Amino acid sequence: MESKISISNLNFFYGKAQALYDINLEIPEREVVAFIGPSGCGKSTFLRTLNRMNDTIPIAKVDGTVLIDGEDIYSSKTDVVALRRKVGMVFQKSNPFPKSIFENVAYGIRINKMQTSKSDLNDRVEKALVNAALWDEVKDRLSSSAFGLSGGQQQRLCIARALAVEPEVILMDEPASALDPIATQKIEELVVELKKDYTIVIVTHNMQQAGRVSDRTAFFMLGKLIEYNPTQKMFTNPDERLTEDYITGRFG
Amino acid sequence: MLSALMTGLTSACAVFAIAILVLILTYIAVRGFSAINLEFLIDTPKPVGEGGGIGNAILGSVLMTVLATGIGLPIGIGGGVYLAEMGSNWFGSIVRFLADTLIGVPSIIVGIFIYTLIVLPMGRQSGLAGALSLAIIMIPIVARTTEEMIKLVPKSMREGALALGAPEWRVTWNIVMPAAASGIATGAMLAIARISGETAPLLFTALNSRFYNYFYDQPMASLTVQIYNYATGPFDVEHQMAWAATLILVGLILAINVAVRYLARRRY
Repeated sequence: MESKISISNLNFFYGKAQALYDINLEIPEREVVAFIGPSGCGKSTFLRTLNRMNDTIPIAKVDGTVLIDGEDIYSSKTDVVALRRKVGMVFQKSNPFPKSIFENVAYGIRINKMQTSKSDLNDRVEKALVNAALWDEVKDRLSSSAFGLSGGQQQRLCIARALAVEPEVILMDEPASALDPIATQKIEELVVELKKDYTIVIVTHNMQQAGRVSDRTAFFMLGKLIEYNPTQKMFTNPDERLTEDYITGRFG
Repeated sequence: MLSALMTGLTSACAVFAIAILVLILTYIAVRGFSAINLEFLIDTPKPVGEGGGIGNAILGSVLMTVLATGIGLPIGIGGGVYLAEMGSNWFGSIVRFLADTLIGVPSIIVGIFIYTLIVLPMGRQSGLAGALSLAIIMIPIVARTTEEMIKLVPKSMREGALALGAPEWRVTWNIVMPAAASGIATGAMLAIARISGETAPLLFTALNSRFYNYFYDQPMASLTVQIYNYATGPFDVEHQMAWAATLILVGLILAINVAVRYLARRRY
């Protein structure tokens, strides 16, 4: 299979405490990979190693290699800004900026100087909002505050904001965990739709969600990758006993 | 029962706190209002019995407050940003401790410091020396409130911007600072209100002046020092003018409050 992201022998430490142990994982292009596992198992930490968000934590230390399109993102030559533009991220709690709806989406475009003109900027913002399935709901109030949107709309705005900088990979850290079932369904439909153009890695606590949206699933426990298989197989006939116990709800 | 008692007790304290403020304001208004007229507002002090006003004192206060704010606000905000964003090292702790100490230093000591540093070498008191002592009082207040306000901005907002490929300085400048703006403005406002009410550090830095003075290298009148002079004078008509000047000072501080609140209102 064609790997977009290739992780080998990844170990991760918060100071002296080791959070991830010898992770090896291949993430194929234009697929959805779900990370599941009990709280504190390291799946969010692992997700954040893929766009170097852990750089903001002074005591964090990464060991091993993460290749994206064959390039080591932890090499000293890596431009972190360019990396994060290529690998977008959507967070657990929607985090719109204290700006208008339009400016929220335009922010990434502006800081990366992607727009060629004012109308090009408008087009890009519109396209991102359309792709995030939010355009119809906000097109008449683009200049009003992003905080006036509902929780689900705010989360789709954050997705639009991530899409606007034209990433190739999108990391989602429990994007629907704070949303009601209707809003969750919208996000899930969106993930399946976005798969056509993007490689998506999604952390979720919701087993059914992993089953519905993902092509492959990785199960983590206590910082170790227990099993990584096509979702279909994972949910019907897992290789590991631990996986089965977790999926069927015997613990976790 | 206990709950009702505590509610009653805290309500009583709240009413008491507000009542004092209302009482002071009403008393100032009642005593001061009768002496206010246009002449009083634009005239300079004159010998007792010939009228006179506080025009030069208002100008002096405004000039010194403006210069002090112009110096103190950028330094204070810049220092606060440093403390919040990069100040988790030993240097930050020292700066933080010294700022807290400086906030607690009596303002007259700041006046003595400026007197030694600026007034003695210059050979005379000046508006500049007055403004500098006010700026010194302002800086630590602004720095500490700015730091606290920036720390209140959720980490998630910062991460959201970083994840879009924004460099750290842009995150601070266009995400964190606007999010903290209204809090920072409140801190700035409190600091401005505080310095416009200061008398002690001006007594021997800016001294006073009986004339309109537009130059920072000359002694400058100020409302607070003028109030002090009028209030300690022997004649009733002077006391009257002290009340009126007090009313003007309170009015000016109120105007600054309203203006800054308006400028820093939450737009989003």
